[in-house]
Amino acid sequence: MEAIILQILNGLDKGSAYALIALGLTLIFGTLGVVNFAHGALFMIGAFCAVTFSRILTLSHTVVDETQTDFLGNPLKVDVPYLHDLFGQATGDAIIDWAVPLSILFTVPVMMFVGYAMERGLIKHFYNRPHADQILVTFGLAIVLQEVIKYFYGANPIPTPAPQAFAGSLDFGAMLGFDPNLIIYPYWRIIYFIFSAIIIGAVFAFLQYTTFGMVVRAGMADRETVGLLGINIDKRFTIMFGLAAAVAGLAGVMYTPINSPNYHMGMDFLVLSFVVVVVGGMGSLPGAVLAGFLLGILESFASMREVLEILPGLNQIIIYLVAIIILLTRPRGLMGRKGVMED
Amino acid sequence: MSKSNFTRRGLLKTSAVAGAGLTLPTIFTAQSAHAFTNEPTGGTVTLGFNVPQTGPYADEGADELRAYQLAVEHLNGGGDGGMLNTFSSKELDGTGILGKKVEYVTGDTQTKSDAARASAKSMIEKDGAIMITGGSSSGVAVAVQALCQEAGVIFMAGLTHSNDTTGKDKKANGFRHFFNSYMSGAALAPVLANAYGKDRKAYHLTADYNWGYTTEEAVRASTEAMGWETVAAVKTPLTQTDFSSYIAPVLQSGADTLVLNHYGGNMVNSLTNAVQFGLRDKQVNGKDFQIVVPLYSRLMAKGAGANVKGIFGSTNWHWSLQDEGSKAFVKSFGTKYGFPPSQAAHTTYVQTLLYADAVQRAGSFAPCAVAEALEDYEFDGLGNGKTLYRGADHQCFKDVLVVKGKENPTSEFDLLEIVEVTPAEQVTYAPDHPQMGGAEATLGACNNGA
Repeated sequence: MEAIILQILNGLDKGSAYALIALGLTLIFGTLGVVNFAHGALFMIGAFCAVTFSRILTLSHTVVDETQTDFLGNPLKVDVPYLHDLFGQATGDAIIDWAVPLSILFTVPVMMFVGYAMERGLIKHFYNRPHADQILVTFGLAIVLQEVIKYFYGANPIPTPAPQAFAGSLDFGAMLGFDPNLIIYPYWRIIYFIFSAIIIGAVFAFLQYTTFGMVVRAGMADRETVGLLGINIDKRFTIMFGLAAAVAGLAGVMYTPINSPNYHMGMDFLVLSFVVVVVGGMGSLPGAVLAGFLLGILESFASMREVLEILPGLNQIIIYLVAIIILLTRPRGLMGRKGVMED
Repeated sequence: MSKSNFTRRGLLKTSAVAGAGLTLPTIFTAQSAHAFTNEPTGGTVTLGFNVPQTGPYADEGADELRAYQLAVEHLNGGGDGGMLNTFSSKELDGTGILGKKVEYVTGDTQTKSDAARASAKSMIEKDGAIMITGGSSSGVAVAVQALCQEAGVIFMAGLTHSNDTTGKDKKANGFRHFFNSYMSGAALAPVLANAYGKDRKAYHLTADYNWGYTTEEAVRASTEAMGWETVAAVKTPLTQTDFSSYIAPVLQSGADTLVLNHYGGNMVNSLTNAVQFGLRDKQVNGKDFQIVVPLYSRLMAKGAGANVKGIFGSTNWHWSLQDEGSKAFVKSFGTKYGFPPSQAAHTTYVQTLLYADAVQRAGSFAPCAVAEALEDYEFDGLGNGKTLYRGADHQCFKDVLVVKGKENPTSEFDLLEIVEVTPAEQVTYAPDHPQMGGAEATLGACNNGA
């Protein structure tokens, strides 16, 4: 029983990341009709926004410490962050410690701009081209973006820890009456799950309860008619692209303490997120979220030792296996709409 | 009246033979006029440095390349001479190798076996490389070693830790200075037993590929011999990034120690996840829970950040060693590049010097002569104390370092501290040891190529 609860919990945070990325993918597909293979790269750029912000906070000047020596026997040069000079060591360190949550403020405008620039600069030229062309150009863009990140940040993962306040894990088992240590779950993963739920809720509320969202939904349903009403739907769709980029970026920022970011982390998520979108149903936002969590949890169950002893390798194929079964039984995915990707 | 012998069948036969000849890879034919593959005829000799320049180990590859460039500089008489000054052999005098100026070409292994073979092949065929060296993966090392064996050039392995490189897949033309999984297990086990006791229950997470298997086998064998019990060993996909679903059940198993048989990005992520789950803060079976990482590299420690603090592992070499060879190399490398060298840089630098020295002693670039000079060669002054290049399997036997993550690092390079220098005798094994492929594994015959 405890093993099952544990894997459900594990699946929730994995599912949160899938759901957030798939939500952005579906938004772009539903509004602009573009299959965006660069969406994983947006997740990765979001993570590197956290790295960059962290580096900005730790900008330092060098002080020579005569009491210590470096590896060549010279007096040790110690980097002192400017924040120490400005706010004192304790406050400066506290600000640096909270770099990841604080970087959200930096990431949202950066990602909105990246999304806007990507759509206006490249993707808009491919609206009326076949999906194969869109896939090729966005996949190419993803490779370019990851190589640019590698050039500036190197190939090695960069540790970007969560604030000390969130270090360690919560003993869920003890709370539920099980023995201690049986069901533990890191605090930061709980934060990630709650954060994802808030972002997903906010995106749905934005589309459901604002005039802007209503117009966008109308445009997704019938672009031509909305255009005939004199509404500049393209402009709104461009903003939606920026919003989708920001969602992917935020997913990346908050993911950095879970796994140290590196230049190819976007590619690791991309294919799985596409499977999530297809399983959820092309163009269906609730479908993307549902499928994200469903596949995340299934993947966790398939990684259990007891399962692997019976079916070795299941953990590597489970997502694709489920995708095949769902597409055979429900060809439009879990919540797919008629007419989407069927023309 | 003359009768022509030119028949349709004859034409077909001749064409088939000629075609087969033409399609033979030039690697096997182009050098037929020479005594051996890529015999240097002018005033220079070309070495092929095959390192990951792209992909996840690109940073490690960059450090290897820096070391190779430094070695070439020293061989040609430039710089301060580095470890040439401390090397027990005094054959190398800064005038190149056998009086020929050393030049080099580079290839990108991408840490993929097929790409690594292609780049090595290109360096041999097109650039005339007489020796291939480098790499940051056992899969790549085994693949390139086999290619060099066929082509008739020497392969001086870079960073490869799997037993198989000089065990099951050893080759007469291949040589490894780096240590291996068996040695890590043999060096680590006593230190672990001393630090954590002999009554431990270990849970292994193992990367699902060749290196992972040999490391798990070696660490299990040596820790079980010390009295530890292995409660479970789970294979994790090489492409895995989030290890939470593998780490969460560890405590449920009753284990009090987690062994991460992971390298590179796998190790960075699994260790980060394990620390996130608070495993190290837990008490199991009345003991503090512990994590062990059999193979450390600086780049991995850097990627995992503060999570490595206090965690035991092993390493081939560390820049904080105080022997004359290490100090000379650190000074040379640090002055040129501004930071201390990694173990990958050290092993590749040393391999280049060892190759050059062997050629010098053999008086020939012929691979079989070089191999003979390297076999059972004992040397010192290159950073690991007295070392033997064993002839039976072409593996170096030297002291192994047991390290742990430093609690208070002074810089981004000061991440590990040496806990113990395990003497070579303690990590030495028989050439036909079962973990090395047993009696069936043989070097085969040396190949001079053309």
